[in-house]
Amino acid sequence: MEYQEIIQRRTARELRPHTLVNLGIGLPTGVAHYVKHEDGVLFQSENGIIGMGGRPPAGAENPYLTDAGGNCVTAVPGAMSLDSALSFGLIRRHVDTCVLGGLEVDETGRLANWMVPGKIVPGMGGAMDLVANAKRIIVAMQHIAKGQPKIVPKCTLPLTADRRIDLIVTDLAVIEPTEEGLVLREYAPGISVEDIIDKTSARLIIPDVVTEMPIAAK
Amino acid sequence: MKNPITPAEAVAQIPDGASLMIGGFMGCGTPYTLIEALVTAGKKNLTIISNDNDRVNQGIGRLIREGCVSHVITSHIGLNPETQKGMIDGTIKVDLVPQGTLAEQIRAAGYGLGGVLTKTGLGTVAAKAGETVHLNGEDWIYMPPLKADFALIHAAQADYTGNLTYQLTAQNFNPLMALAADQVICEALEFMPVGTISPDLVRTPGVVVDILVPAQGNRPIKPN
Repeated sequence: MEYQEIIQRRTARELRPHTLVNLGIGLPTGVAHYVKHEDGVLFQSENGIIGMGGRPPAGAENPYLTDAGGNCVTAVPGAMSLDSALSFGLIRRHVDTCVLGGLEVDETGRLANWMVPGKIVPGMGGAMDLVANAKRIIVAMQHIAKGQPKIVPKCTLPLTADRRIDLIVTDLAVIEPTEEGLVLREYAPGISVEDIIDKTSARLIIPDVVTEMPIAAK
Repeated sequence: MKNPITPAEAVAQIPDGASLMIGGFMGCGTPYTLIEALVTAGKKNLTIISNDNDRVNQGIGRLIREGCVSHVITSHIGLNPETQKGMIDGTIKVDLVPQGTLAEQIRAAGYGLGGVLTKTGLGTVAAKAGETVHLNGEDWIYMPPLKADFALIHAAQADYTGNLTYQLTAQNFNPLMALAADQVICEALEFMPVGTISPDLVRTPGVVVDILVPAQGNRPIKPN
């Protein structure tokens, strides 16, 4: 299984039925592939839609129905379109779970994911609104990037919000940031706890029970 | 009644150095026709307030490519390396604002309010753009209202009084910007006789729209 699929399958299990969920562009977008229609999860995209569906077949695109990357999408029955003020009102008060990528997460559960000073200055887009306000934040990312751990003692990059995120799902592990620190909850199939500790520069709390990540279809 | 005029006539009213709000989100709901008219007219030194800077040489990215812009206020430039280069080289001043805060700053100006109190950006570098205040036992960032000389917006339908409808995700910042600028120029895909758009569907009242322009064609569909 490719690393993206491991992360997407595991993250999909975290979404609660009949809630509003925002998926970031890129790897998090693919989480939707592993969510069953009958769960009634409604995907919200900050550019202005509740009930975003998958990509349309070629030739059936509507140029005025897009995701936050400007790519054509579909709308599910029961969808609603919105302007940016209503969209962010929902984000501040009513989005249940937001899944987004990360550059760094640290021992306090703080996330940095919007810029690398002097190198990449993309702008925060809606990330700061989402991370500061959504009820539950899941960071879905590769455990290491270019050989470097992304789960670090303290973020060196500018923070996205001064808020402890709720869960980290990587291709190796599921880690829960808590008041006491980062608690290892699950390991991916074929990965040992020692492997995870080795590839994490932050201190991990290892409880008595760490379980294998369930990544089969629900 | 507002008779539609040509894109060139519409942008002739915009002087160099003006501040422009431009609707759209990564090209969806972007007034392409008016942008191309600005490029053709060779406008300079514009301040652009918009959600993003689209992609290189597309939509708002056309204005960046053609050197029309000296200042942008936006939430995202990640897919336009030319704006990023301008920011790093110092040729374009770039103010980055969280997207929801930007929407509310524009809405505050358009609704005649004194600004926005938000939690977004507390404890981050974004807090430096505003003022952190302590009210009723909580910290907030105060951000002032944001207005512009002109708003350039895109609508699905317009009637000849300027009543506007929007389509799907092409709404985004358009209805907010339509209230927040001194002069509002709207390009519409379709013109309707007065009375044929249901009052329930009108999202921007014609009274705030100054100039109507026919949009020249649909947004091009980009491959996913």
